[in-house]
Amino acid sequence: MRKLSQVSTYSTVGFLLLLVAASPAHGDEKPYFVTYDHHMEEPRAIEFAYSPSIGFPKDAGKFYSGLFEVGYGLKSWWTTEVYLAHQYTWGQGGAFTGVRWENRFRPLQSEHWINPVLYVEYAHINEADRSFRDVVGHSDPEELEEPLDELKQEIENELELKLIVSRDHKGWNIAGNFIGEKNLSNKPWEFGYALGFDRPLALAVSPNACRFCRENFRAGAELYGGLGDVYAFGFGNTAQYLAPVLLWRFADSMSLRLSPSFGITDGSVPFMMRFSVLYEIGNFGSRLRSLGK
Amino acid sequence: MIMPRMPGFLPALVLALPLSPVFAQETPAGGPTDWKTPASAAELRNPYAGTENHRLAGKKLYQRYCSSCHGKDAGGAARIPALTSDKVREANEGRLFWYIRNGNSRAGMPGWSRLPDQQIWQLVTFLQMVSEK
Repeated sequence: MRKLSQVSTYSTVGFLLLLVAASPAHGDEKPYFVTYDHHMEEPRAIEFAYSPSIGFPKDAGKFYSGLFEVGYGLKSWWTTEVYLAHQYTWGQGGAFTGVRWENRFRPLQSEHWINPVLYVEYAHINEADRSFRDVVGHSDPEELEEPLDELKQEIENELELKLIVSRDHKGWNIAGNFIGEKNLSNKPWEFGYALGFDRPLALAVSPNACRFCRENFRAGAELYGGLGDVYAFGFGNTAQYLAPVLLWRFADSMSLRLSPSFGITDGSVPFMMRFSVLYEIGNFGSRLRSLGK
Repeated sequence: MIMPRMPGFLPALVLALPLSPVFAQETPAGGPTDWKTPASAAELRNPYAGTENHRLAGKKLYQRYCSSCHGKDAGGAARIPALTSDKVREANEGRLFWYIRNGNSRAGMPGWSRLPDQQIWQLVTFLQMVSEK
C-alpha cells in the first residue's frame, strides 16, 4: 500500500514535470517571502514553488523547513493557492506539518493610487510548523524547545484574514499587510503585519538575451512581526524580523529568491536563511483544455 | 528517524485543482475599439517610438510575458485576439500603454503594472512595429 502511494506521488510529480518541460513559461517576480503585493496570478496561469528555510534558534536545535506551493489564476481578480509544509529538526527527525489553502481577491481592477486585496486562508497544521509564512500574536520561544514528537501531535485549524494594500510607483513596489489569525479552537484573534518594498535593478530591458544583467534582478526588504492579540495588542513580547530580499530571474521560466532574515527582538529566531525556486506556466488552463480536444 | 508523512489525498487534490469546472474562461478580449481608457491616457507619449533597440527589447518582453496567450508571432489563439492587426498599429500609443498597464478583467486580460513604465513602453514599441507590413 505504501509502495502504491509512493508510485502515485512520483507519477504526479512526473506529470507536472512533463507539463513544465512542454510549456513556455515565465518565472514569477515577487521577491517577498511574507509580504503580499496587489499583483495576482495571471488568469489560467499556474505557479509552482518550493521554499526551503534553515533556522538557527537561540536555545533550540536548528531546523530545516520546506514549503511546496501550487498557485493558480482562476480569474484576473481571484488567485487560489495550496501549500504543503514539512520540517526537519536536527537530532529529532522530520514531520509533515500541514496544508494551507489561500484565496486572494482583488476588488478594484485597474490601477489606483492604492490597491487593496482581500486574503482568506484556511490552515490545517500542527505546532511543528516552521514555515514562517507570517508572524502573528505574541512570541513563545519555549515552543521551539519542545520535542518535535509532542509538537506534531498538537493539531490546529486556523482561519487567517489579511488586508493587503500595495502601490507601484516609478518602478518601486511598496506593500503593507495587516493580518488577523484565529485558531478555531476557542483561542483569541492574533494579529500581525508585514511591510515590504522592492525595485528591479534596471527599469528598461536590453534587446539582447542575458542572464546576469541588472534587469533580471529585483532587490528590496521586508519587515514583519506580531502585533499581539485581542487582549494585548501591540509590539510587547512579540517576534519581529527584518529581511533583505533578492530575486534573480535566471531563465524566462524560473526565478530564484533568497532572503537572510534577522530576528530583531528577544522572542525571534535570531537568523533564518530562506530560499525559493519558482516556476510559472502561462495560460496553463487553456493548454490543459486543448489536450482534451 | 521519523519520516515525514503526507496524506494520500493531497497529490490528487493538487492535481485536481486546475481541472475544476470553476476554471471557465473569461469573456474573450475585444479589439482595440472596445478599450475603455480615460481620455488623459491618449495624451501619453512613447519615449521610445520607432527605435529599433527598444523594439527588440519589447520583442523580448513580448515573448516572456505575452506569447503564452497571444501566440509566439502575436497571431492570437482561438479566443484571444491577434496583435498584428491594423487596429493595434493605428491605436493611440497612450491608450495602448494604459490598456497593457491596467488590463481588462472582464475580457481576461491581466494588468501588467508590475512592469516598470519603461518596459511597458518597450512593449508598445514592439506591438506598433510588429503589425507594420
